[in-house]
Amino acid sequence: MSEPVFDLTIIWAAIIAFGVIMYVLMDGFDLGQGILFPFAPNEDARDVMMNSVAPVWDGNETWLILGGTGLLAAFPLVYTIFLPALYIGVFLMLAGLIFRGIAFEFRFKARTSRYLWNWSFAGGSIVASFAQGAVVGAYIQGFAVENGRYVGGALDWLTPFTVLTGLGMVAGYALLGATWLIMKSEGEVQEWAYKITPPLLVAVMIVFAIISIWTPWVDSFVADRWFSGITPIYILPILAIACAWKISSSVRKRRDGSPFVATMGLFIFTYLGLLASKFPYVVPPSYTLWDAASAHESQLFLLLGLLFVIPIVLMYTAWTYWVFRGKVRAGEGYH
Amino acid sequence: MELDPILISRIQFAFVVSFHAIFPVFTIGLASYIAALEGLSLKTGNPQWERLSRFWIQVFAVVFGMGVVSGIVMAFQFGTNWSNFSLAASNFLGPVLSYEVVTAFFLEAAFLGILLFGRGKVPQGVHFFAALMVATGTFISSFWILSANSWMQTPAGVEVRDGMYFVVSWAEAIFNASLWPRFFHMALASFLTGAFVVLGVSAWYVLRNRDVDLHKKALSMSLWLILVLAPAQVVVGDIHGLNTLEHQPVKVAAMEGNWERSEGVPLLLFAIPDQENQTNKFEIGIPKLASWILTHDADGEVPGITDVPRDEQPPVAIVFWAFRIMVGLGMLMVLFAVWGLILRRKEAYLHNKPFLTGLKFMSFAPFIAVLAGWFVTEVGRSPWLIYEQMRYADAVTPSLTGGMALFTLIGYILVYALVFAAGVYYLMRVITVGAPSHDEIVEDRLERRAKRPFSAASAAWEAEETQS
Ligand code: HDD
Ligand code: HEM
Ligand code: HEM
Repeated sequence: MSEPVFDLTIIWAAIIAFGVIMYVLMDGFDLGQGILFPFAPNEDARDVMMNSVAPVWDGNETWLILGGTGLLAAFPLVYTIFLPALYIGVFLMLAGLIFRGIAFEFRFKARTSRYLWNWSFAGGSIVASFAQGAVVGAYIQGFAVENGRYVGGALDWLTPFTVLTGLGMVAGYALLGATWLIMKSEGEVQEWAYKITPPLLVAVMIVFAIISIWTPWVDSFVADRWFSGITPIYILPILAIACAWKISSSVRKRRDGSPFVATMGLFIFTYLGLLASKFPYVVPPSYTLWDAASAHESQLFLLLGLLFVIPIVLMYTAWTYWVFRGKVRAGEGYH
Repeated sequence: MELDPILISRIQFAFVVSFHAIFPVFTIGLASYIAALEGLSLKTGNPQWERLSRFWIQVFAVVFGMGVVSGIVMAFQFGTNWSNFSLAASNFLGPVLSYEVVTAFFLEAAFLGILLFGRGKVPQGVHFFAALMVATGTFISSFWILSANSWMQTPAGVEVRDGMYFVVSWAEAIFNASLWPRFFHMALASFLTGAFVVLGVSAWYVLRNRDVDLHKKALSMSLWLILVLAPAQVVVGDIHGLNTLEHQPVKVAAMEGNWERSEGVPLLLFAIPDQENQTNKFEIGIPKLASWILTHDADGEVPGITDVPRDEQPPVAIVFWAFRIMVGLGMLMVLFAVWGLILRRKEAYLHNKPFLTGLKFMSFAPFIAVLAGWFVTEVGRSPWLIYEQMRYADAVTPSLTGGMALFTLIGYILVYALVFAAGVYYLMRVITVGAPSHDEIVEDRLERRAKRPFSAASAAWEAEETQS
């Protein structure tokens, strides 16, 4: 492996971590629309749900691609161990993303076959979300590697634990989707979104609690980090719980925007908790950040460009959200 | 039965990337066309341009969607099936592909939202700007991805230590020897694809006598375009070939079907390459022409396939025939461009049935030519993944079993077959429904103006309208 160059590798870890949470938050709420699709009260509500994310979903999903190529650029070992190890899971995720992606265009062009694209959107979103959750679980579990190559079997990643993390992701995205919808809709649709948010929150909290208790059993490294004395990272679960409380109280008060903001907070603090549990391992239990890093000059070459380009990307992305701000009504939006 | 993960991975990669490639080549050309239409609409205010633009944006949306979902698959194929290659080349490929994402994909995605849904939410000038940005994004994207591919064809700017590539010169690696010919050849191919699809669809409308006044505008514009582009593609293709002769002589030998290095080589029009006996079974050719094209000397020396041992030879028949399909279609395009010029006078092309029917079928030609071209490029490189440095066998994912690869291959084929069938079906529907009517546009504009009283949109056209 290359010389450990401390600063750059840490900066890159931060960039990748940032990219991943951007992806989770942004694609999370539009995948959430798909997960909630079968339960929507009527077809008009589905129109609103889809139109509320139609102009932005493609940009949201681009963060996933950046996650992939960014890993290849900065931590190639992670890319070339995760993808072979999760081969079947990655295929399922991609197939899910394909079905939900094309549903945007096709559903609005379909007449009699519209229900098919409803299922394509819902099924694709659910499968993709589940697969992503399972990836997180597999990361916690760790991988069988030798000499920088994955040596395990095709389905090693599929265990009761990863099934649970997969379900947790589905519930979490559904919650993000519901609170996004509260913000973007009004009338009957919004009322429905208010109604489903509390039970979804309960489901998410239960799954997160089970995962938190289970994780130290799966991985003694995590157990050591959390239970070998009082540490500052205890603040993270506390903040996460505060966010959950905020979601529930702001729904009761029928606030428009705060439930979504608080749900993002819940995700961010849970995610930071996960990172804190595993740091500095990126391919547990074998490799740390520094083992997996690419050549110094490659990290530097890309970093210089990113420092320049990412702020611009964030600016025009924010601008498109601003253009499409406000409530979405049935019958408007799709061309 | 032993399933070979290498072979299945190759088939899988060829399948998913060929499927993907169909969409970008079309959207790159079409994005620029839409930007041009939006620009004309902004400048003249004439609703006809907006009608055309709206129609083609609908087509664009469907095709772009399919391009995006199939492209996301590509980003992960490197890691799932070719992890050893990805690891070895990561120091170069990673940054290049990441630059593609941040400089191109984000740009396309963000402004696509504005292009599709923003009319009426942003001023017309900004809408035009969004169309421009989407078009620009497609070009930046092809630049990076072709740089990655060209580097695998003509590696440069790197050194190998412990089986890993390290970049010593970014400029040499990115702007490697085959980048520019490949980029311009591909850019022209994309414009030709866009132009021929527009021609084919417009010809269909004219033949059915639907909206002729509108679609003849598109027809006329695109006929001028191919008159320039089709011959230009022949010239650029020739330059590309000469570049390949310098850097990958065996590939050129395979394209020409020339087994022994020799002088005064004929240009073969037909042959059945026989890899087994290292010769051609059946040959019809024009004497000395290949030598003349490649060296500009009728007695010039042309490399032979047998210059390298058998296990370093590409499968000749595929390269040989794919090359002929591409060049043949390229010549056919030139023919149609010239025919269109001859029919210019008094708009004779609007009434010439054989010409219009021919155009209808020619909308498939660029897609076939593009795939054939890529097969020449990629198959002609084998058995090398990185030319003369890394073979397929060293590149494949070690933990990949034949069964896993087969499972996902069948999966992709099923998923893509469904997606493709639905896509074609809905494209047909968009075309049957046709462009929005003139009145619809006018109504829409009034409504938009009521919402945005200060928008300068279509002032020129309104002045005209009130006069008449
Ligand atoms: C950035 C790299 C890249 C790009 C832009 C392309 N390819 Fe490629 N291609 C490869 C990188 C590659 C590769 C990684 O080198 C493959 C994969 C495995 C292999 O056999 O070589 C390959 C193989 C490969 C094969 C199989 C060759 C063989 O097995 O002998 C075909 C037919 C194509 N490609 C076709 C295409 C098409 C139609 C493309 C149009 C977009 C294309 N390639 C773009
Ligand atoms: C094998 C290599 C390739 C990979 C890994 C790849 C990767 C991708 C990815 C991930 C996307 C989706 C981007 C989004 O979400 O907006 C995409 C779309 C796109 N790709 Fe590729 N691609 C490959 C080959 C090519 C080639 C050869 C070209 C053209 C020269 C090309 C041009 C484009 C364009 C213009 C888009 C935008 C979407 C569209 O127009 O349909 N790609 N590609
Ligand atoms: C008519 C004259 C043409 C000539 C002489 C020509 C020449 C070539 C050559 C020599 C290559 C292989 C380069 C290499 O691998 O090193 C190539 C590739 C290719 N050609 Fe053509 N070509 C012609 C027409 C066309 C047309 C009309 C299209 C599509 C509309 C096209 C699309 C492509 C594509 C997509 C590739 C693969 C990418 C690349 O390597 O550039 N070509 N062409």
